[in-house]
Amino acid sequence: MTDLFAARSQMAISLGFHIIFAAIGMVMPFFMAVSHWKWLRTRNPVYLRLTKTWSKGVAIFFAVGAVSGTALSFELGLLWPKFMEHAGPIIGMPFSWEGTAFFLEAIALGIFLYGWGRLKPWIHWWSGVAVGISGVFSGFFVICANAWMNAPQGFDWANGTATNIDPWAAMFNKAALLQGVHMVSAAFGAVGFAGAGIHAAGLLKNPESKLHRAAFQIAVMIGSIAAIVQPLHGDLLAKQTARLQPTKLAAMEGLFRTSKPAPLLIGGIPDVDTQTVKCGFHIPYVLSFLAHGDIHAEVQGLDRTPKEEWPPVAVVHYAFQMMVGLGMWMVVLGAFALFSKMRRNLWLEKRFALRLFAISAPAGFLAIESGWVVTEVGRQPWIIYGILKTKDAVSPMPGLVVPLIFFTFVYFFLASVVTWLMVRQFKHAR
Amino acid sequence: MLVDMLVKMNLGFLGIALLFYCVLAGADFGAGILEAFRGGRLKNEQRNLIGHAIGPVWEANHVWLILAVVILFVGFPKTYALLSVSFHIPITLMLAGIILRGCAFTFRQYDVVRDRSQNVYSAIFVVSSFATPLMLGTLAGALLLGRFVGSPSGFADTYVWPWLNLFSLSVGVFTCALFAFLAGVYLTGESRNPQLRALFTRRALQASWVALVMGLAVFLSADYSGLALRSKFLSNTLALGCMGMASVLWIPLWWSLRRGQKLLPRLCAASQMGFILLGWFSIQAHEFLALSDPAPDATLRSLLYALVTGAALIFPALYFLFRVFKR
Repeated sequence: MTDLFAARSQMAISLGFHIIFAAIGMVMPFFMAVSHWKWLRTRNPVYLRLTKTWSKGVAIFFAVGAVSGTALSFELGLLWPKFMEHAGPIIGMPFSWEGTAFFLEAIALGIFLYGWGRLKPWIHWWSGVAVGISGVFSGFFVICANAWMNAPQGFDWANGTATNIDPWAAMFNKAALLQGVHMVSAAFGAVGFAGAGIHAAGLLKNPESKLHRAAFQIAVMIGSIAAIVQPLHGDLLAKQTARLQPTKLAAMEGLFRTSKPAPLLIGGIPDVDTQTVKCGFHIPYVLSFLAHGDIHAEVQGLDRTPKEEWPPVAVVHYAFQMMVGLGMWMVVLGAFALFSKMRRNLWLEKRFALRLFAISAPAGFLAIESGWVVTEVGRQPWIIYGILKTKDAVSPMPGLVVPLIFFTFVYFFLASVVTWLMVRQFKHAR
Repeated sequence: MLVDMLVKMNLGFLGIALLFYCVLAGADFGAGILEAFRGGRLKNEQRNLIGHAIGPVWEANHVWLILAVVILFVGFPKTYALLSVSFHIPITLMLAGIILRGCAFTFRQYDVVRDRSQNVYSAIFVVSSFATPLMLGTLAGALLLGRFVGSPSGFADTYVWPWLNLFSLSVGVFTCALFAFLAGVYLTGESRNPQLRALFTRRALQASWVALVMGLAVFLSADYSGLALRSKFLSNTLALGCMGMASVLWIPLWWSLRRGQKLLPRLCAASQMGFILLGWFSIQAHEFLALSDPAPDATLRSLLYALVTGAALIFPALYFLFRVFKR
């Protein structure tokens, strides 16, 4: 295994691990706030129990997210020192704001978790909301930095160094807004569906449980709304990718030849050697429309990019298909849930609906992971798109496979323990 | 001149972040170190008090390190890159400590079932509470030695011996002792149980003896590791003054601790830590400035804005946090 591949794998594992905990830490505070609000308004004790049950889970997820995020801020330098040397001064802005937002999040979380009985009830409630708001800001700022890697701006590049740095232009780069919105909303969808699924399973096991019913209702509402708006900004993001990173879009769609009009590929196995797609299903005109809003528009294929600058096409294509497929499934389930809500839960708590939600619990997180693969693997071989290649940024230290094994072990161990703890929590919740 | 000012102000914020990290998060690690020395019959009470004391604040305390790293890589990216490459191994070990300490502590607090797994969490918590400051201090020592990646040589000469040496490890153990001392002083004020208070006062005293011995060991091992620490120290009036202040503060510290006061001992102990850090900083700062190629003007300025705005948001929130839980 080359050092470059080891470093990339370690980064992938660390981020793939962290992203789950970060999303939960960002969204669960809002779930708790809804439940907490209902407790304060109705004094129905089930909402107090639910808030406390959820907050125990959040404490665990938040702590794991915080420490793995700390590790990431070091790993950026440990693995990609050349990247940080160039990028640090340019995208420092979102990182320093992220630091502030995360600081406020950690303070608010401490106040919320340990504030029962020590604070006035509504001040306590607000501390919970503050966790969520600062969490969303923190997530958004991190995505701003990642978006800059896709759409680098705010500097001039000459002779391998950046000059004329404008940190504000770098922070508010072209990709920041849409990528940020897409990620934050994805987190709400994923956590909503995971929560709905877990509590649906609880209801299946224990149909009389008031706690599971209350939890399911809150989670399914938030998750469904997020799932339904997700394709809207997803579409805008795809159009933007077509302009800013046409190679990434071509890889996502498995489009080897520039086409006018371009068909949309569903499924299929892209073969880079023959530059063909096997077993795929093509819908004429649709890709032109989706990418440029015009059924006759030309869509740039991989042929316009030198082959050594192609990302791993198959990986990007599969990941994109998986993200879109899962997203569509979540739209269907979400629309069903909202429709049943309007019809006063006509079908929502029937056993078949609960089963559907229970098996869909991981859908949102799988979609987040695959979407993240699309954006990160799709940018390869660049670490800063069009500026710096990933292979030129990697640490000169030999033997990077050792930290890879080490971190893989640590994260695998932690993932197992957290899963086990959640199972224990679940068995405990009535 | 203006740029110089900007560099110094950002460097000042870096120092402040490190100071708060040591004074606050350091004590959280120190509490884990003290837990290793079981308090006999008081074992469970000791564990509960530690959980109660650091639970609401450790995550906020921990963010000071993230802040320091961000200032480093935004404001001094070349230094950050150089340190990351040179000290890859100890930084990785420190990260492992940070990850395991935080997770084990939280699992112990929030596991809904209380069974034997509590002992596993506690064991991991204690070991990682040792390992993290040990590596943090080792890094500080390695920074003082200043043997960064440069001329090509073997793996061990480039990536291992610059930090795995007697001097750096002495600084590491010294750091552990200081953090344990801070924890002992802080925890004395946390408890109403006179036996526990006596226990933690005793621990603080023991830790300060260890710190004293290790402080001497740091100076002796510096010679052995080829660092002219004594001459650097003696020629630096600020460092000497810091050492003097840290020593003088013993008197009000023990006086107020024995009289059962809460705030004054904490302030004294934190100030001692601060003076030790300042002393280190005054020796290190010149080399750090010589070494670092700071980020461009525009970056430094926007970083400073962010830090000032951030401070205006963070300090009131922190004040509220500590007022609620540490009054």
